[in-house]
Amino acid sequence: MILTNIEGVPGKTIVEHFGIVQGSTVRAKHVGKDIMAGFKNIIGGEIKSYTELLNESRQEAIERMVKQADTLGANAIINVRFATSSITQGAAELFAYGTAVRVE
Amino acid sequence: MGNFLEILIFLSLLALGYFAGRYFERKHYKSIRLRESQMLYIPLVTFGAKPPWPNAKEAKLFVGCVVISTDYFKTISAGLRNLVGGRVMAYETLLDRGRREALLRLKEQAIEWGASQILNVRLETSSIWGAEGKQSVGNVEVIAYGTGIKE
Repeated sequence: MILTNIEGVPGKTIVEHFGIVQGSTVRAKHVGKDIMAGFKNIIGGEIKSYTELLNESRQEAIERMVKQADTLGANAIINVRFATSSITQGAAELFAYGTAVRVE
Repeated sequence: MGNFLEILIFLSLLALGYFAGRYFERKHYKSIRLRESQMLYIPLVTFGAKPPWPNAKEAKLFVGCVVISTDYFKTISAGLRNLVGGRVMAYETLLDRGRREALLRLKEQAIEWGASQILNVRLETSSIWGAEGKQSVGNVEVIAYGTGIKE
């Protein structure tokens, strides 16, 4: 599966469009990581555990999107976009969407 | 006595935030500048959404992500800034660091893959998982993504 965020795949031509595919995941942080993050709010800097958590979650959202494209018979997803939203105090939603196509 | 203790805790947190925060910020900026100059040979561009594209055989999506937090001193100084208005320098540097770091991570992955150029780079910032309470700013997540191409 080829993923791009431009309107096509360089070096290949699009032969078929399958429409929008999407994947999302909602993740809650856990308490242990939260204590460390609270400490980081005092001294500042990167919160590595959160970065990792969001990276994993984004990967999962991408996988779900890819699975959906697979069932449609696509071999590429173009124009992929990402969005993150904090839905409640403790949970974040990660969302990925794009257009499934077949390229040759 | 209780009040005195509270003030003492507040002042020590403020001092810790100021000195530790400043130290880490300087260290971070130093590493950002160093890595930026090392990776200057790969162009990172915001155009390229539509054809024609530069000659390429392969393309791949890359994502760079970072979660960055304010320190206690910045939170308080920005809170005071809210009273009079104007430029909030404390948060400007924070967001600047986050964006540059996210771009660098994007670039690192693309270089590892062997990209010659990264097209259509997009940046997105969101505030996530803020601590309880209204005056808290929480943490800022910055993601940078783009399509790496290679010949």
